[in-house]
Amino acid sequence: MSSSSTADPRSAQAHARAMAGTRVLTMPTLPASTAPILPEGVAAQDMLWSEVVAAGGYTARRLNRGARLQLTDLQGDGCLAMQLFNAEAPAERLNIADTLKVQWNAYLRPGSLLLSDMGRVLMSLLADDAGTHDAFCGVSNAASNAGRYGEGDNWGPYPNTRDRFLLAAAKFGLARRDIHPAISWFKGVTVAHDGNVQANLGPFTPGRSLVLRAEMDLIVLLANCPHPLDARPQYAVTPVQVQAWRGAPTPVDDPVRNGSPEALRAFLNVEDYFAR
Amino acid sequence: MLAHPMEGLPATLLHDEVLPARAPWNHVLKRGEVLRIIDLEGNQAVDFLMYAMADDAERYSAQDTICRQGNLFLRSGSVLYSNEGRAMATVLGSSVAYHDTIGGACSCESNTLRYGHHTRHQHACVENFLQANAIDGRGKRDMVSNINWFMNVPVEADGALGIVDGISAPGLHVDLRADMDLVVVISNCPQVNNPCNGFNPTPIRLLIAA
Repeated sequence: MSSSSTADPRSAQAHARAMAGTRVLTMPTLPASTAPILPEGVAAQDMLWSEVVAAGGYTARRLNRGARLQLTDLQGDGCLAMQLFNAEAPAERLNIADTLKVQWNAYLRPGSLLLSDMGRVLMSLLADDAGTHDAFCGVSNAASNAGRYGEGDNWGPYPNTRDRFLLAAAKFGLARRDIHPAISWFKGVTVAHDGNVQANLGPFTPGRSLVLRAEMDLIVLLANCPHPLDARPQYAVTPVQVQAWRGAPTPVDDPVRNGSPEALRAFLNVEDYFAR
Repeated sequence: MLAHPMEGLPATLLHDEVLPARAPWNHVLKRGEVLRIIDLEGNQAVDFLMYAMADDAERYSAQDTICRQGNLFLRSGSVLYSNEGRAMATVLGSSVAYHDTIGGACSCESNTLRYGHHTRHQHACVENFLQANAIDGRGKRDMVSNINWFMNVPVEADGALGIVDGISAPGLHVDLRADMDLVVVISNCPQVNNPCNGFNPTPIRLLIAA
């Protein structure tokens, strides 16, 4: 007779159930309305999502049109890379080149749009007190993490962003060919006149955050791994909080919608898409 | 400026074609082969993507390429990386100082944003890429940020960027060596609403040598 507490189904069940209620920093809170800290001005019943993504971790979720998404760099060294898809027809996805070219600017700022490859707005950046983001240098992959940390596999201590996206995408039936150029939030890259890229990777003041608005029904993939230009020898990245809440679709008098002629046409294309 | 179209290329010419203005192209480029693109009439943007022949979910990554070289512009010596961080090709030489890889491809849809809905039915590079990729069964999910040979996209200090007047000229070229077996797709850009083609799409010459 074994003395183990998991030697038979009933004791194994008791052992498993005894874990319930454990709290760690990096986990989802369900329901989201019970999150220990709610975004300012947001009622508990409007909360859709509250999760802290671990260093090296990832998460993914569907968000509907109008939802607000707040990302908070809790400890100042987060690097949250993002992929976006139209949830209804995921062949439509974030297009970084169009995002920059259509807005005639290299940097994401309050009022900036994240554009799809179909001439529509996927998300709008409503507020941002970080200001250091990257639409140029992309994400780590197995080869780059192996070069920097000795390994970069999902089953090891130093996962890479591309393979994190692979797992997140797979859970929505998407695959390697769907992983597209990314945005990294919180780690900054600027461009000099000669084209040289200059990284501003912190660490930064803890608590910087930004708020995005979903302009279509979306699949959002997020992975929190070190930036590919981060030269520190250690796998340096800290947890990022992700919170979302319900909101109304963008009204016709919205200042972001009317912020430029290109923005207005991008919103017109979204409104046309939802005319059904 | 080349004295003749084969100048400096390996001796064996495998392919020589003039691609008409506005047309798509799909061609295999084996490891070690050199593709020469000649801008016959000057300032003709050549939108370019490539896929690993053995596994076409591995494809050109503008972001990996920019990250690895620490610079936006593609010049002689630039190594073009895949989304898996592997070298796909090397820019052996070019008579144009730099080329673009942030401007992306024009599409019917993005044209509506940039110029207005009256441009919705004009031909565009994404249409060409989709047609060229369809030959091998690839589709819209296989579209990523591309290279624009002979296109000029400066970025100013405040972040202002845009497709501006080109720095190429008739007869200038770029040479690219495949560092793995590749499928190359090209859109000879049909855009007429910005200066990427000097408002006048023109033919290009494509030579492959080994």
